[in-house]
Amino acid sequence: MAEKKDYKVVGTRPIRHDGVDKVTGRALYGADFYAVGLLHGRVLRSPHAHARIKSIDTSRAEAHPGVRAVVTAKDFPDVEDKIADLGEGAANVKDLQDNVLAGDKVLYKGHQVAAVAAIDPHTAEEALELIDVEYEVLPPVISVLDAMKEDAPLLHENMRTDEMGEKSENPSNIASHFQHKQGDLEKGFAEADVVVEREYTTETVHQGYIEPHNATALYNPDGHLTIWCSTQGAFAVREQVAEILELPVSKIKVVPMEIGGGFGGKINVYIKPIAAMLSMKTGKPVKVLMSRADVFEGTGPTPGSYVRVKMGATNDGHITAAEAYLAFEAGAYAGSPVGAAAFCVFSPYKVENGQVDGYDVVVNKPKTAAYRAPGATNAAFAAETVIDEICEKIGMDPLEFRILNSAKEGDIRVDGPPAPRVGFVETVEAAKDHPHYSAPLEGENRGRGVASGYWPNFGMKSSVVINVTADGTISLVEGSTDIGGTRAAIAMQAAEVLGIPAESVTPTVADTDSVGYTAVTGGSRTAFATGYAAYEAAQDVKQQMIERAAKLWEVDTDAVQFADGVFSTVNGKEEEIDFKGLAARLDETGGPVVGRGTADPNQPGPSIGVHVVDVEVDPETGKIDILRYTATQDAGKAVHPSYVEGQIQGGAVQGIGWALNEEYIYNEKGEMTNASFLDYRIPTCLDLPMIDAVIVEVPNPGHPYGVRGVGETPIIAPPAAIANAVYRAVGVRMKELPMSPGRVLKTLGKI
Amino acid sequence: MRAFEYVPAKTVAEATSLLAEKGDQAKPLAGGTDLIVMVRENRRQLERMVDIKDLPETNVLSYSPDTGLDLGAAVPCHKIYADDAISAAYPGLIDAAKIIGGTAIQGRASVGGNLCNASPAADTIPPLIVLGAICVIAGADGSTREVPVEEFCTAPGQTVLERGELLVSFKVPAPPQNSSSFYLRFIPRNEMDIAVVGAGASVVLDDAKTSIVSARISLAAVAPTPLLAEEAGASLAGKEISDDAINAAAEAAQAIARPISDMRGTAEQRTHLVGVLTRRALNGAIQRVKEA
Repeated sequence: MAEKKDYKVVGTRPIRHDGVDKVTGRALYGADFYAVGLLHGRVLRSPHAHARIKSIDTSRAEAHPGVRAVVTAKDFPDVEDKIADLGEGAANVKDLQDNVLAGDKVLYKGHQVAAVAAIDPHTAEEALELIDVEYEVLPPVISVLDAMKEDAPLLHENMRTDEMGEKSENPSNIASHFQHKQGDLEKGFAEADVVVEREYTTETVHQGYIEPHNATALYNPDGHLTIWCSTQGAFAVREQVAEILELPVSKIKVVPMEIGGGFGGKINVYIKPIAAMLSMKTGKPVKVLMSRADVFEGTGPTPGSYVRVKMGATNDGHITAAEAYLAFEAGAYAGSPVGAAAFCVFSPYKVENGQVDGYDVVVNKPKTAAYRAPGATNAAFAAETVIDEICEKIGMDPLEFRILNSAKEGDIRVDGPPAPRVGFVETVEAAKDHPHYSAPLEGENRGRGVASGYWPNFGMKSSVVINVTADGTISLVEGSTDIGGTRAAIAMQAAEVLGIPAESVTPTVADTDSVGYTAVTGGSRTAFATGYAAYEAAQDVKQQMIERAAKLWEVDTDAVQFADGVFSTVNGKEEEIDFKGLAARLDETGGPVVGRGTADPNQPGPSIGVHVVDVEVDPETGKIDILRYTATQDAGKAVHPSYVEGQIQGGAVQGIGWALNEEYIYNEKGEMTNASFLDYRIPTCLDLPMIDAVIVEVPNPGHPYGVRGVGETPIIAPPAAIANAVYRAVGVRMKELPMSPGRVLKTLGKI
Repeated sequence: MRAFEYVPAKTVAEATSLLAEKGDQAKPLAGGTDLIVMVRENRRQLERMVDIKDLPETNVLSYSPDTGLDLGAAVPCHKIYADDAISAAYPGLIDAAKIIGGTAIQGRASVGGNLCNASPAADTIPPLIVLGAICVIAGADGSTREVPVEEFCTAPGQTVLERGELLVSFKVPAPPQNSSSFYLRFIPRNEMDIAVVGAGASVVLDDAKTSIVSARISLAAVAPTPLLAEEAGASLAGKEISDDAINAAAEAAQAIARPISDMRGTAEQRTHLVGVLTRRALNGAIQRVKEA
């Protein structure tokens, strides 16, 4: 499987199936849902970063004439202290519940404390002011290094450090420490001609999806709960709500609405269980919406971190040893993406002598969530700038260095497993051969930088059902939220099998009662794994259609061939019929044809990208302008190249935002001071050049068309590439993210 | 957001009496690009919004090279920069009118509203100050008074307006011979942002365009109110145009800045930027005179 082939549908650029609805504004998002008798829920949030809840008095709110129900953590069932698998990352159910409505303590400003359902949104807002919460304010701890100190204020008085399986004696904010080790580190560094060791810090950043979280729930007296919401995974919502409210999954139906961006941040539930509880209390449908400030302060961003990387190399450019110390903020509860960071930090390279230490640390910030290659960007910012310094010291072109040190299939990685095949060398060469890399860069304070980014990609479970329609089209029912054009990419894979055009497929993202289990849209898995399930379902259809053709022609199924969308036989009689013709004759050959496919593929195939950026720095103001940007990436096989390019561009832009200005800014009380899109500065189109996305195709042997996930990888390289460009522009190495104008001025010694 | 009363006023007298009745609990509405957002986000509660954007007096927009500019308080930015004569006469004001929000905001947002919102970071205030603009204010008793723009703001969000008073229009003097103006701000992005520091400058040059006859400099976002940097401007009077003279003026401007550190920048960064932006604003204004 998966050699380079010519396809009829895969690799083309049809108009997406959901395109008209989206561009005309007709697509229905979570907040668009309406039901008769609808009540409106609003959530009271903690004003403190860290406090004990001494009491909550809801009586004044309950007495308000427009209020129909109030809920607090007391309304939760007692859940077991256990780990639930939520697709992209597992979570402790008690933590999950405590994050939805705080129990004994609030652990960050914005932590949900209580909620009301009222006759309209304004009444609900007003009623929140009638809930009296008495707090005992505690000192907050905001940064990872402060939280790791022995005398740091403790978030969880009973939490012990899991030290590679053993529990620490004393309580600590360090939830866990792990270590990966290969070879002989000391020997490796002794063999190096050049050793560079640097420390880096990054701040908390948010995914910045445009649509805030939303949920409408209706609990029926028969015990069935329905939730309409936008989410990256309807089944993940079902599982979490079932765990938090102790309901059987079979009693919950989650109806996915269109989603206005997620990037990892719409997997965890926040207001969905609250909408459900309010509906249980009132018997009415209840809609809960977040504001932008709620989203910033109350939902999972990606962590701030402290990263130290030490790397040694010989004068001829071979890495001899590499070491990384990764300390990541988990937010209020254990579970940062430090494991993924450890996985990715040195993965593009052959590192025979290596060690990676990872620390998962709780701080008084929202519990972190996934964000596009979670953890990898923090780690790559460090590793990829250390490599740049090494290249400078030994006088080697940074792309040559990457080719020289690229991990080959089977090389053992620092974290243990052998490296799978990925087109790193091909991707570096695409960057090197691109006109951008050899274009002269003239003018003062300008510089060019490069960096690479690696993400392993995920497989996980998907289900697809295909119904053949009498007019020769198919309806394709899937369970994957379409965030980046996956309806099209999945439909195209089925169309390829059946020899029909992409336009002959009608894809539908179904609710949890109407399709088989499908894991979240995350881990860059959807075009790969749900596409795989669609391929299997189409194969099933194909097989059944062959049987129908055989019946029609009264020949053995073995005598029927299928090629280029045409069924044919030469056995005794020569007959042929195309897919459409045969679809019209299903009634006379046994009735409807329904194909099914499931997938749980274990070879997602990593993805790797190399980015080249030109910047200009204003040395008087510290502002960095992005002049030109090129991103190359191995997509395995780009099913719909426009959406692959879109992913590469979108990821690069988010990485640029992370590099330049995005950060949670905290005051000394642990309050975020920039919880709006005015002061949390994502780049606008006026801050960006066109991102030149270059697709490299080294087929993934684990997929019938060679597909690799592409969504996450492109966010990883930008901060390091930009830092390396800034160095060439103005001669300073930036070791903090974001490289905001103030930080640049400071590093330049101007302030 | 709580329910409030919306009243469109038909005359200035009606507007001032509607405002006077409610005092703090009433606000005039022009473009609404600050006010509506604040009310919606519960940052401000009101009992009454008095719509003044249809009054003839707040919509006046007339310029003559002899008498200068009469600019109604409710005139939206886009109308100002769409006028070629005004754009040529007051380029510093145009610099600011063109960078407030995006195109849609500029279709509604007014210079008068920008001043009454009294943000220390307001973009149109420094150019108004350097152009010597005067506020025309109507009182509830039918009286009118005039206040220079640099005296209008008293603290963040606070102005000299008394109960029932309404900012009706601005009078901007006609630009002298050999003069021009310039405004720029520093923001971390290229657009859609609030000034970390803003600086406006106006200059009058001699006929040879080699010396400065007079200059005014104004700063935003480095004190509780926008500042007129009087000494910095005065230091340039009679000087030959030179880097030294401009640097000295920039240093004098830095000396009066009293910035705070917040999520938009630190005090040190802001003080540093005052120097950078003052130099750029002065050079920009001088360049415009030379090119004219």
